[in-house]
Amino acid sequence: MKRYSAFAVAREALRYHMGWDRAWASPEPKKKYDVIIVGAGGHGLATAYYLGKNFGITNVAVLEKGWLGGGNTGRNTTIIRSNYLQDSSAAIYEKARGLYETLSQDLNYNIMYSPRGVMMLAQTQHEVRGYERTAHANALQGVATEFISPNRVKELVPIINIDGPRYPVLGALWQPRGGTARHDAVAWGYARACSAMGMDIIQKCEVTGISREGSKVTGVTTNRGDIACDKLGIVVAGHSGHLADMAGFRLPIESVALQALVSEPIKPCMDVVVMANTVHGYMSQSDKGEMVIGGGADGYNNYTQRGSFHHVEETVRALVETFPMISRLKMLRQWGGIVDMTGDRSPILSKTPVEGVFINCGWGTGGFKSIPGSGWGFAELMAKGHSPLTAEFNLDRFKEGRFIDESVAAGVAH
Amino acid sequence: MLILTCPCCGVTAEETEFHGGGEAHIKRFGPGSSDEDFHGYLFEKVNPKGVHFERWRHANGCGKWFHAARCTVTLEVFGTYSAQTTEPPQDIKDKISAKRPGWSWREFA
Repeated sequence: MKRYSAFAVAREALRYHMGWDRAWASPEPKKKYDVIIVGAGGHGLATAYYLGKNFGITNVAVLEKGWLGGGNTGRNTTIIRSNYLQDSSAAIYEKARGLYETLSQDLNYNIMYSPRGVMMLAQTQHEVRGYERTAHANALQGVATEFISPNRVKELVPIINIDGPRYPVLGALWQPRGGTARHDAVAWGYARACSAMGMDIIQKCEVTGISREGSKVTGVTTNRGDIACDKLGIVVAGHSGHLADMAGFRLPIESVALQALVSEPIKPCMDVVVMANTVHGYMSQSDKGEMVIGGGADGYNNYTQRGSFHHVEETVRALVETFPMISRLKMLRQWGGIVDMTGDRSPILSKTPVEGVFINCGWGTGGFKSIPGSGWGFAELMAKGHSPLTAEFNLDRFKEGRFIDESVAAGVAH
Repeated sequence: MLILTCPCCGVTAEETEFHGGGEAHIKRFGPGSSDEDFHGYLFEKVNPKGVHFERWRHANGCGKWFHAARCTVTLEVFGTYSAQTTEPPQDIKDKISAKRPGWSWREFA
């Protein structure tokens, strides 16, 4: 792998950019790997990367049904934050946020991490109390957040209306080092680094079955032949239940469509991320100038990647009151992604009833922000059988009643 | 946007008039059942990619609960039927079988 640098750009500029390598290889699958990861999204590729980097396991294949980063990694609203209430959540999300800080340097790939600050508006008394509590919890967890006044909100976001009749802004939970990153670049950067370590990223390779001998996994069946493995990591947000079915166990998960939309591009008007959980909407401005708006999830199971008009209407109707200027904007496009939801709105990173099969799923509506931390912890779990970062997120917590309840703390815009 | 017909009052309306209530035909285990059974009842959802049976409530209408058979991939509604049953009626099963060859009802304990 040739390193990207200012010097490389200058060198290629002098020879018509003919010397750039492909960022990652497209090999034919081998007969056997030590580890197979199903799903080449952010979480899957990050897992493979840290398996190689932290544990020296490089005989790894990452199988992808579609194209690299074409699932939820390419469909999210790119927000990064770690202001969670529960200790185990704050630990893994803060680990991820910390890794994002230097990820461009670590991967030698510009992921455009922009720590512009994330603000969660408190628009009811209940939310004020909730976010004050979260700010105190974050202080104990070592996550830098503070509860700020409505006037400070107005200073940071001049386009906001803090005196709305229905949803006045009563304060906000402010995380100055939260922000956004370029979502595709995260997947591409990890893929390039994995490929450079000799791992095989195999696209258009759909897993159609999981073979086992007794209670132990032996490999997978795909549309490109059978591939054997010692360990299998299932990292397929949205389709986790489908894959678990192949392996022969059930998950406490339901798949629903979550949607987002962007406006036409406009001049810079808001340089922080604003989330308004009471009205089920959140907004940030992309580098291209589009207002990126995230909305609610469909109220029933589905795998459609479409979303629905009445949810768009609901989200925009509520946001217009808090941001009056967006009423004149045109919507550019809208899309949906399938997220898997657990009962406590916390992920599952766990061993499974099938020996050698590990699962990383249930990130619900908040997977992007956790990619590096999730990969870091899940790689440790797969390599050593235990990770302090993922210990609390095991599959048995439902049976044992040890929920990591973030549904109360996070509301819908999780 | 789903269009559902409430079998209780006969009204056909858009999905905003209804409220989804999750998986239908879940079997609840009585006193003396094992932890495994209770865990399955509470948490282990079927989450199929395809034919799915759900509970719905006609929230902004007659207020009653009913069941719907629906495809989670195409959002096609195969039919709605009374909730006073432990499995879908034969005419619903026939409709699904006609549209999804090879499909068969199985107990989701």
